Amino acid sequence: MSIIVGEHTKLAVSGLTGREGSFHGLRNKAYGTDVVAGVTPGKGGQDVEGIPVFDTIREAVEEAGANTSMIFVPARFAAAAINEAIESGVETVIAITEGIPVLDMLKTYWKAKEAGVRLIGPNCPGVLSPGKANVGIIPAQFFEPGPIGVVSKSGTLTYQIGNELKQAGTGNSSIVGIGGDPIVGSDFIDILKLYEEDPETELIVMVGEIGGDAEERAAEFIAEHISKPVVAYIAGFTAPPGKQMGHAGAIISGSSGTAQAKKEALEAKGVRVGESPTETARIAVETLRSL
Amino acid sequence: MDLLEYQGKQLFAKHGITVPSGEVADTVEEAVAAAERIGYPCAIKAQVQIGGRGKAGGIKIAENVEEARAHADAILGMDIVGPHGEGPFRVDQVWVERGSDIAEEYYLSVILDRGEKKLLAMVSAKGGMDIEAVAAEDPDALVKRHIDPTREFDREAARAIVADAGLAADAVDAAAEVLTKLVEVAEQEDATLIEVNPLIVTADRRVVALDSKVTIDNNSLFRHEELAEIAADVDDPQEAMAKEKGLTYVKLDGNVGILANGAGLCMSTLDVVAQAGGAPANFLDAGGGSKAEAIVDALEVITSDEKVTAILFNIFGGITRCDEIAKGIVTASQQIGLKVPLVVRLDGTNSEEGLKILAEAQLENLHQETTMLDAARRVVELAGAPA
Repeated sequence: MSIIVGEHTKLAVSGLTGREGSFHGLRNKAYGTDVVAGVTPGKGGQDVEGIPVFDTIREAVEEAGANTSMIFVPARFAAAAINEAIESGVETVIAITEGIPVLDMLKTYWKAKEAGVRLIGPNCPGVLSPGKANVGIIPAQFFEPGPIGVVSKSGTLTYQIGNELKQAGTGNSSIVGIGGDPIVGSDFIDILKLYEEDPETELIVMVGEIGGDAEERAAEFIAEHISKPVVAYIAGFTAPPGKQMGHAGAIISGSSGTAQAKKEALEAKGVRVGESPTETARIAVETLRSL
Repeated sequence: MDLLEYQGKQLFAKHGITVPSGEVADTVEEAVAAAERIGYPCAIKAQVQIGGRGKAGGIKIAENVEEARAHADAILGMDIVGPHGEGPFRVDQVWVERGSDIAEEYYLSVILDRGEKKLLAMVSAKGGMDIEAVAAEDPDALVKRHIDPTREFDREAARAIVADAGLAADAVDAAAEVLTKLVEVAEQEDATLIEVNPLIVTADRRVVALDSKVTIDNNSLFRHEELAEIAADVDDPQEAMAKEKGLTYVKLDGNVGILANGAGLCMSTLDVVAQAGGAPANFLDAGGGSKAEAIVDALEVITSDEKVTAILFNIFGGITRCDEIAKGIVTASQQIGLKVPLVVRLDGTNSEEGLKILAEAQLENLHQETTMLDAARRVVELAGAPA
């Protein structure tokens, strides 16, 4: 097993005819993901290296059997594309696009909730289930199949930790990049729940960063509902207050949302927090071997 | 992006919220001329993006032209440190505003609550002071209500919130009207934080926004031309240069220049450098898929900060290819030279090709490390103590 994407995934890529969309869509296909359709308004009937392109996601669902949508549409049109995907009948929408206005995402978040559609992102690297399917931009070569589930706000930091796990001889059930924007479709808690239920996952690595209170909420949730060991890493201890560091989500306001506050909240609930990506990987491997 | 008080008030006025009339001034002469036009008493208010201006001496009332001159002279050019130690912020502009006859002071705000994924309205009859202290000492005095995102926020909903906060009965309707307009500002101007402290009732019972604190979502600037112009106006020379080149750069106080790819890895790199005893000079996220040219630009921005005594490049290639990064380093060293030591850690996609390119170039001042921790220790050692 794995979570969110796997052998069952039939992917429609919105923006497949664009530069980024075609590069990553074809890479996902080469990895073994079943990419069944592309979606670009006005380009229905064309194809991208044999993948049929439709005008709407609904057509991709009805005619090609798509059950998962990946959004590679430019920021100013992305919220509308996500909304269209939510209404199309797919189970999962994975939005890679960065720079979507947060108040657009606020409306879209509730739309997905109401429709019962799982939304991952935006501004995220996607989801990889090693050996099964890759939906997004995660470089799959750094990850092997294995018992560790990863959930992360950050892309490159996850690759760093994944690579260290691989070098230590272990691997991952899935890697989920939830994105670092202030409003994302799925939070740590949503993904922790899935890993708890996934028989293949024995341990969970959670990678957070400054801003918001998703890590603090996750700490509470872990204490009550997660029986599997969780190891965490938090980035941003030296970030000065009031400065925005790239991710729109990484903003500190007052004392809440600091890396220190998150670390303390997690440790108070028995979650071990690594000082560096390297130490985090080491603790994860150690914990796994002691199970 | 945070707006200055007067920029926020201009936004309020556009949406029909009453604000005192005033003028912005860059010099003492302009401030005095503005005060003479506006009349006395008038307020001279420092325009900086931080709270606590009053306590810091950045807001003064002038009763006549002599006082207007003295206050403008004292405030322009002063440094203001925020209540949580932010800054200092140099005052380059003052806002000269007609004095208000204050009968009551309230607090009103609308912010994005990212945890709940809703807008949150907060109202208190105890305005005009430190609202964080009010919330801590007398939590019942601050009414907090989430706004249902699936319904329109109308006057009735606003009235219910305002009435619960115990505002004067004759001000409730007008304050509710202001609250609906603040929600309108959030939705139409893409503001993620709007704070009015105080919202006053004047002696003749008019409801006026006497201050403003507004944060605009940078991602929305493509659809707000005027706000985008404000955002383009950056003070710090390195930050302005980075912005022009499309890099995400934040200046810090230390002497270790840092570049990494991805915001998370970059923050983590700052942390690891600090743990090794160093002081980061900046945050610079080269982004995903960086090409050689972007590396030249980035190195130029980092080295334009004279405090920098050593630089660390921490790259984990995903979409970013390490051979591209290596080419960028070689080109940059030819174009602008490497005057300070550069520690490079390349891992991930095409790292072997990248390392080969660097080895063949035999650059002076270039040091290679294979792990993030070793690279951090090395750069701290090479940088020495900050000046």
